Amino acid sequence: MQKVFEKPVSIDEKPFSYCAGCTHGIIHRLVAESIDELGIREKVIGVAPVGCSVFAYEFFNFDMCSAAHGRAPAVATGIKRARPENIVFTYQGDGDLAAIGTAEIVHAAARAEKITTIFVNNAIYGMTGGQMAPTTLVGQKTDTTPYGRKVENQGYPIKVAEMLSTLEGANYIERVTVISPAHVNKAKAAIKKAFQYQIEGKGFNLIEVLSTCPSCWGMSPIKAIEWLKANMIPHYPLGVYKDGAKTE
Amino acid sequence: MHEELIIAGFGGQGVLLIGQMIAYAGLAENKHVLWMPAYGPETRGGFANCTVMVSDKELYSPVTTSPSSVIVMNLPSLDKFERSVEEGGLIVVNKSLVNREVFRGDIDKVVVPATEIATELGNVKAANMVALGAYIERRKTVKFETLINLLPKIFKGKEKLIPLNEKALIQGAEFVKNL
Amino acid sequence: MGEKVLMKGNEAIGEAAVSAGCRHFFGYPITPQSELPAYLAKKMPLVGGVFLQAESEISAINMVYGAACAGVRVMTSSSSPGVSLKQEGISYLAGAELPVLVCNVQRAGPGLGTIQPSQADYFQAVKGGGHGDYRLITLSPSSVQEIIDLIRLGFDLADKYKTPAMFLADGMLGQLMEPVDLGEYKSEIKEKPWALSGCEGRAKNTVTSIWINPEEMERHNIHLQEKYAEIKKNEQRWENFHFDDEAEFLVVAHGSMARIAKSAVIKAREEGIKASLIRPITLWPFPENAFSSLKSLKKILVVEMNMGQMVEDVRLVVNGRIPVEFFGRAGGMFPTVEQTLGKIRGLIK
Repeated sequence: MQKVFEKPVSIDEKPFSYCAGCTHGIIHRLVAESIDELGIREKVIGVAPVGCSVFAYEFFNFDMCSAAHGRAPAVATGIKRARPENIVFTYQGDGDLAAIGTAEIVHAAARAEKITTIFVNNAIYGMTGGQMAPTTLVGQKTDTTPYGRKVENQGYPIKVAEMLSTLEGANYIERVTVISPAHVNKAKAAIKKAFQYQIEGKGFNLIEVLSTCPSCWGMSPIKAIEWLKANMIPHYPLGVYKDGAKTE
Repeated sequence: MHEELIIAGFGGQGVLLIGQMIAYAGLAENKHVLWMPAYGPETRGGFANCTVMVSDKELYSPVTTSPSSVIVMNLPSLDKFERSVEEGGLIVVNKSLVNREVFRGDIDKVVVPATEIATELGNVKAANMVALGAYIERRKTVKFETLINLLPKIFKGKEKLIPLNEKALIQGAEFVKNL
Repeated sequence: MGEKVLMKGNEAIGEAAVSAGCRHFFGYPITPQSELPAYLAKKMPLVGGVFLQAESEISAINMVYGAACAGVRVMTSSSSPGVSLKQEGISYLAGAELPVLVCNVQRAGPGLGTIQPSQADYFQAVKGGGHGDYRLITLSPSSVQEIIDLIRLGFDLADKYKTPAMFLADGMLGQLMEPVDLGEYKSEIKEKPWALSGCEGRAKNTVTSIWINPEEMERHNIHLQEKYAEIKKNEQRWENFHFDDEAEFLVVAHGSMARIAKSAVIKAREEGIKASLIRPITLWPFPENAFSSLKSLKKILVVEMNMGQMVEDVRLVVNGRIPVEFFGRAGGMFPTVEQTLGKIRGLIK
């Protein structure tokens, strides 16, 4: 009998502990498939963030460490500078990357670090129970914006892909989502390309993945997908923001 | 022999450099040496000073409040350090930039027009070497030849400056011999 | 014995680090340690190393964390306010058991303070500046030669015990220029099988400081404490200065301050006072063994460039056996030889 589907080697035995309907699991799988297909599993060093994916090092089957909140790009820089022959990536959420770790990601991109970042944007702090994130939409209700995010009080959500693509050091920046099989295929291609670029010695590479958080959004998984499509994509348009760093 | 020397002047007068030269010379003569620059607020407003110690014995405190010798290259430095010199110690004064007498009567004084001598030699910047030559001639902290031998190392890459600085050192020493 | 060369303290830190096999440095500019990154910025490319100026102290310590994960000898340096910013990273390094060397060329605080020398970060270094139950091997040099020796030792001890080490100097030592003998030093850098290098031909390696299960977290804490007990047993270092069976007076001082205090002790002895000195070299582990016998001592004076920090550890170890007095100055001012001598005279009466 022909085997048509199996667990990627880059995914470990430990079952995912993510909530039902959360898209972290899909994104993990896309990262693992990309790494398997590129044949780099034994060269990869991953950096887990603080947030829902804090235990990513338990789910992936390759060398990983965990970083302090927001510091993954700095940690990845230290690893890559020490071992330039390895493939180094960070896996970060929106609070980690776009709030407490804004300086680290901006400067890693500005330095054109030869690393890859998988940025999962679900517009909320999931791990701590649903507080406002830097990417929370205007009007969106969270634990800490119970009346909805108000511009007068909390300002505007940060568009990470757009912001980082203004930096000369950024090589490849694309925003994708995983809310349908077609979107998943596109996301996979983007993630794989972001690793391929690093193999070619190019960086900085970041894929922003619009993701759902049914638990903290207070919706069913299907409703969450509809909400993402109706609210997040208009504010965070999908597409390639940068492809090819400025070269001298 | 135990010398605790403070050298003070304006930034740019080369006081840190001649301090280091004494330390290098002391090291070459197998003595215990240290050199420490003042940094921070003390050096603001264009002032510079450093402490140099040369001794036959192991050196402990790198700071001194009663130096055995002081070289002052300008008036503010004389005002600041004159009182601190240890009784019986030495003060070397760059007369060209100091328009007053040394008040202390209990210390040895060498008053040398270092800036004028350097200007006559063709470069005002060599005033530090004139003062250094005068100081070494009087105090003999290190051998004069040791200093001369250091010049190629100090002016590595700027070899054309060596003859001028050597002349300045000699003129400083000669000035003291002729006092 | 090699040939002696004159070297500034800050540069000696860099030179010693390179000689100890450190090829990775991440830092952020701050006075009064600026000569050190400048020195390494020049030196590292010449020896195939990495010098990187980070966007912040926080980023620098986390780059250090990354490089340590990758198994290389790595160092960062800063001065007091910058080291405060690094505390988060230092706690993570201690938790993840990563060997690194952190240099603090101390200046006076609190707050922005002043750039003049100080020893006011003693508590921060030895009592744990960051969160959690951890200790840092803390080394205090007193001369430029000792800077060379202790930087090398710091890397070796960090590797040996898989723990971050703190090199606690001050602005005075950083600026001080003295002869040093670099000697023939070859650091034995052992394999680090736990390091992240890519899992080729082996199971995956993981480096983390999270143990979400409290039972596991407690086990990890107990493991750390056992390691610290081992360090305490093996690594206490100090210098005795005229501390013999007849000494009646003891001064305790470390780092730059010990230099000044030694001059005061010598002057006191010239006056007939039977004065002596103990200079802790490891601030943690505190050299308790140095105080096991107080011999003929009548009084102890602790002298520091702060308002009284190490004196607490001296009092703990002396445990009331004899009086322990304190003299210190703060804010970039330091006790002079004369002032220290005056205190000794006053207390011996």
